[in-house]
Amino acid sequence: MQIYLPIAEMSVNVFLILGMGGAVGFLSGLFGVGGGFLMTPLLIFMGVPPAVAVGTEANQIVASSVSGVLAHMGRGNVDFKMGGVLTVGGFLGSGLGVWLFSILRDLGQVELVISLSYVLFLGIIGALMLRESLPGVMRRRTGAATTSPDTRGPGRHTWIHGLPFKMRFHKSKLYISAILPLAVGFLVGILAAIMGVGGGFIMVPAMIYLLGMPTQVVIGTSLFQIIFVTANTTFLQATINQTVDAILAILLLLGGVIGAQIGARFAVKLKGEQLRSLLALIVLGVSLKLAYDLVITPNELFSIAAEIK
Amino acid sequence: MTPHALFLLFAATCLGPSVTHAQDAPLVADVSENLVAITTGFTGKEILLFGATDGPGDIAIVVKGPSRDITVRKKSRFGPIWVNRQSVTFRDVPSFYRIASSRPLEEFAPPNLLSRFQIGTDNIRLETADDAALSPDDLKVYRESLVRLKTTAQLYDEGLGSVNTTSNRLFRTRILFPENVPTGIYFVEIYLFRNGTVAAAEIVPFNISKIGFGADVYDFAHNFGAIYGLLAIALAVAAGWAASAAFRRA
Repeated sequence: MQIYLPIAEMSVNVFLILGMGGAVGFLSGLFGVGGGFLMTPLLIFMGVPPAVAVGTEANQIVASSVSGVLAHMGRGNVDFKMGGVLTVGGFLGSGLGVWLFSILRDLGQVELVISLSYVLFLGIIGALMLRESLPGVMRRRTGAATTSPDTRGPGRHTWIHGLPFKMRFHKSKLYISAILPLAVGFLVGILAAIMGVGGGFIMVPAMIYLLGMPTQVVIGTSLFQIIFVTANTTFLQATINQTVDAILAILLLLGGVIGAQIGARFAVKLKGEQLRSLLALIVLGVSLKLAYDLVITPNELFSIAAEIK
Repeated sequence: MTPHALFLLFAATCLGPSVTHAQDAPLVADVSENLVAITTGFTGKEILLFGATDGPGDIAIVVKGPSRDITVRKKSRFGPIWVNRQSVTFRDVPSFYRIASSRPLEEFAPPNLLSRFQIGTDNIRLETADDAALSPDDLKVYRESLVRLKTTAQLYDEGLGSVNTTSNRLFRTRILFPENVPTGIYFVEIYLFRNGTVAAAEIVPFNISKIGFGADVYDFAHNFGAIYGLLAIALAVAAGWAASAAFRRA
């Protein structure tokens, strides 16, 4: 069954879109990630214009983050104050990102920048995750005891603690400069707007390693701020570039919601380290595929873009 | 509308069926539908073009979609990766192009006329915004790439469609529009060739437009972007909340 997407201006198979939403939703439920980093490249690969893929995916992530944050709020795992500061940075960053996006589109370089960002960030995150989770899997295989080295915790003082505008974050048990979460929110906001992702895969490690937040509040707080950053991206993409396809977003959502629930059920059966190394492999795979596409000689060197008058 | 199309429209008004001496017109033509509606279930559409002549002759038909400025970009190596580095912008390029004729073109139409009336993809006039920068050879490569990419996207067709004729008087052909057809005003140009010249020409405009729910969404998104954005967010928040509520109960 075909459906015509009014903003993307193309006809797609409903079941293909529902299936894609379901598959990415399954993975996001399984691993507890947003899945934007998989969906946006998939949509572009299908022929959806990059601008529409990014704008629409932001819209879809609003929904999946709301659904996710409600679950975490129930368990009291959201640091609203930290989330608020991150959101302020995220608003500014995503605003800049959407603006950069339209400039890059006019220059014909938006696809390149999207690909490069994916290669760079997914590559780094994937490699770090793999390095962290593989030894655990190996040790478990050989039957040795698992001891995770504690790299965080109080007592470590760096230049970061010398920054001004200190704020107390009760839930995270932190007393740090507000500049830090503002900067993290800002940078992730730029990337989220350009890459069509929520940015959780960068935000979560940044919160743990850079801000030093306790792990149990990280996911909920990250989801909380992603709602506002992706809502801002959706609003700006809709206003400036008219690239949010609500019909496509709804279809992706339907598949995504169901897939996420099934994924979450499967996640219970897998061990944490296995999950993380699997996710690391997927992240690295996407990164390598995109890097390969950038490097090999393309079949078609030329591309066309029409300017509607 | 290009000056050329205006000329044709003028010629068509003088020669065409709409004037009072319809019985004297050497060529009349029309399309089966003046409005092709792109609805939510749109997967492409075929329309019928038909007409009559006042005697023997050959028919050539050109279908042109609304003009757009089109930028052709070329990738080249930049260190290890391939990057769009050169580009050429062509002005007023037809977004859609098809030709059809009753016989192979070279059997009845001299090349200078084919060129003048832009019959055939090789004859589409492509003018650049800043032609100074490139050599004619390079420009030719960009030109050919534009036609090739448009052809791949099914928006141009270099092949010649067939026009069926009956008793040297009636003719008809089918024009297929793929699902990705651009919206706007289209012109079908019909040329009646006799003895190597154009004996008559007619131009039939029609509209391809989004209709219904999809069209409303598109118009709303473009006219009220801010409200559209807010609604899209509200919808997403509601959907997320509903999903969470539904599965918590389950």
